[in-house]
Amino acid sequence: MSGQTQDSSGWLARLRAGLARSSARLGQGIGALITRRTLDDAALEELEDLLITADIGVTTSARLVAALREARFGRDVTADEVRAALAEEIEAILDPVAKPLVFDPARKPHVVLVVGVNGAGKTTTIGKIAKQLKDQGLGVVLAAGDTFRAAAVEQLQVWGQRTGCPVMARETGADAAGVAFDALKLAAARKDDVLLIDTAGRLHNRTELMAELEKISRVLKKLVPDAPHSTLLVLDATTGQNAHQQVDIFSRMVHVDGLAMTKLDGTAKGGVVVSLAEKYKIPVHYAGVGESAEDLRPFSARDYARGLLGLPPEG
Amino acid sequence: MFDTLSDRLGGIFDKLKRRATLSAADVDAAMREIRVALLEADVALPVVKDFVARVREEAMGQEVIRSITPGQMVVKIVHDALVETLGSDATELDLRAVPPVPILMVGLQGSGKTTTSGKIALRLKEKERKKVLLASLDVYRPAAQEQLAQLAAQAGVASLPVIVGEMPVAIARRAMDVGRKEGYDVVILDTAGRLHIDAGLMDEVAKVRDVAKPHETLLVVDAMTGQDAVTLAREFNEKVGITGIVLTRIDGDARGGGALSMRAVTGRPIKFLGAGEKLDKLEVFHPDRIAGRILGMGDVVSLVEKAAENFQADEAEKLAKKMMSGKFDLDDLLGQLRQLRKMGDIKGLMGMLPGVAKMKKQMASANLDDNLLKRQEAILLSMTPKERHAPDLIKASRKKRIAAGSGTSVQEVNKVLKQYEQMAQMMKQMKKLGKKGGLPPGFGGGMPPAGGGMPPGFGGGFPPGGFKF
Ligand SMILES: Nc1nc2c(ncn2[C@@H]2O[C@H](COP(=O)(O)OP(=O)(O)OP(=O)(O)O)[C@@H](O)[C@H]2O)c(=O)[nH]1
Ligand SMILES: [Mg+2]
Repeated sequence: MSGQTQDSSGWLARLRAGLARSSARLGQGIGALITRRTLDDAALEELEDLLITADIGVTTSARLVAALREARFGRDVTADEVRAALAEEIEAILDPVAKPLVFDPARKPHVVLVVGVNGAGKTTTIGKIAKQLKDQGLGVVLAAGDTFRAAAVEQLQVWGQRTGCPVMARETGADAAGVAFDALKLAAARKDDVLLIDTAGRLHNRTELMAELEKISRVLKKLVPDAPHSTLLVLDATTGQNAHQQVDIFSRMVHVDGLAMTKLDGTAKGGVVVSLAEKYKIPVHYAGVGESAEDLRPFSARDYARGLLGLPPEG
Repeated sequence: MFDTLSDRLGGIFDKLKRRATLSAADVDAAMREIRVALLEADVALPVVKDFVARVREEAMGQEVIRSITPGQMVVKIVHDALVETLGSDATELDLRAVPPVPILMVGLQGSGKTTTSGKIALRLKEKERKKVLLASLDVYRPAAQEQLAQLAAQAGVASLPVIVGEMPVAIARRAMDVGRKEGYDVVILDTAGRLHIDAGLMDEVAKVRDVAKPHETLLVVDAMTGQDAVTLAREFNEKVGITGIVLTRIDGDARGGGALSMRAVTGRPIKFLGAGEKLDKLEVFHPDRIAGRILGMGDVVSLVEKAAENFQADEAEKLAKKMMSGKFDLDDLLGQLRQLRKMGDIKGLMGMLPGVAKMKKQMASANLDDNLLKRQEAILLSMTPKERHAPDLIKASRKKRIAAGSGTSVQEVNKVLKQYEQMAQMMKQMKKLGKKGGLPPGFGGGMPPAGGGMPPGFGGGFPPGGFKF
């Protein structure tokens, strides 16, 4: 048995102090709690709490902790052991969904429709993807499909300049599907490899706005029957359990092929992606970690899980 | 996954016998459910813990009011505690300072600061006749300054001309100068979105604050925010100092538990709710509404009160008698329709009812909305009193006349008649039951399904306590 005998109230008090500081410094929290002690019920409950504060959700957190209990209940454990074990569990859930977005150069262009709620990071993510593709030597066209929000067109045009991509745009208030259609014609004529279509932010419960997305899809199909080839849903890592509704409804209204998680450079860790992976098995393509063009990574299950638990990156 | 609290509690309390007070075991069981419900609504865990501890104490040994079930009792206690925590009064902007009064907008990236700035500008201009200057300090996000300029134009207020290359602190200083020189009442400073852990940018916004000395500093947060709400609110409050919170995108379907978290850790009031992309979609904060939303059950208390208020006791009695006698005619149906309409827009009303998720779907499929009620009322009003009293009179030619008179179709007239028949049938059955077992047993549950056009459970315009959690 460990030499430290803490009663459960001291244990709780320390936890609460940890929680009070941050809801997201998960690894740190565990570090403060477990130097070396027996993994008992109280310890497990507090671990569950820490997972919840990362937005992993009540059910999934309970499941993760149950797995840990099975493996090591009553043993003496260190903080690092607990972290590593939980990280492995989470990695195992995410591993099947962590897939890069594959562009098919034979399509000329491979059409990507980018959707999401307001302010999620759609336009910025498009800028970042454009930069990566250009660096790989691909030809990219951008479509300013957000014809609603003030200065949305100008915003994408700046990204076009930054990345050296032509931007198909019309005035604010124009038909978004028309812009997408023109952009597809342009990209096809130029024999470019990829077309990235920006769309206006929309809340998933607004049926008429969701219908507009369907229309974009439909109009694209007139030119290229299997377009859009990929539909990317952009999700803000600050989002809590509402992400479930976003994924559910966006997937039903327009077929969503995968997710991009943005703003992972903050203290919110986007733990909801773990329960999304369990429930919807939806691929996660990208992780956004900042506001510049370089701040986009392929989503890696291992890096994400380790980051979530506050473990240092490997290699 | 997103069960409402009322559904959860219903499960527990259905098993319990009616008692005079809530026992420790009842309360513990309820508290577990409340914890989960709050977490699923994105209330931050430390806040959930405090809250549950407080409510537990209050609920323990509480006398259960006679007319309601223990489940309802607990829900009411939780609801009241939520409202209290959220702040009981709508707090307006405080503009009592020497003009130009500076308002500083801060928050994470993508939370809705710029749109909210435009909305507040419009509101101050329209409602308070203020001369407002909007200034964008967001020199980082592409076209952010252009966005605010366009919104200013839409709102019909001025925006500070952009000088390319000027940095935020200098912009703030210039905005205040212009504000003073040109006699503005209010200067709204919209800042770039920033992460609360970005030391450089947090430092910058602190400098802006020192230069502009804002009278109000509003933290703008998305209603979809998860557990991190507590961290970001605390950090912004510690590093910049906030005077109020704006919760945006409540037109979405997020539960908005972050509101409770932020209010709890900062002690600052929630001043506005953003409820749409258009500039006029800004609402003052009503704790009741958010409390109901967090619980996923609508505004229970005011629903009960509203129902009681609208459904005058004598009318209820009259109807009950009618029901018992089995004499229910179209006049009574008309009376009921009017009761329903009095209680407000049907969809809003449904939102206030506990456990309505399922019902809402039924209603959507039955196409039941306020409009439908209006049409039904029109149909009933196009009948003669005699027809309403003796519905059997209504044959084909009369139906045609009624349809023409009410601007509807014969089909719709038939629907109303069909619905009436179903209800009358129901009444007769109840009468039989009533004779056997005393009063109509909670006639809430006994109405025909929504397909008939009347929301189930609305039959008698709820007797207080007559609906079940
Ligand atoms: N810190 C951080 N900020 C990001 C990231 N991705 C986007 N942002 C910022 O989030 C804000 C909103 O991003 P946009 O790309 O404009 O989002 P959008 O979804 O296009 O927004 P709308 O078109 O208004 O619906 C901007 O300030 C971006 O700079 C990220 O990975 N990290
Ligand atoms: Mg955009």
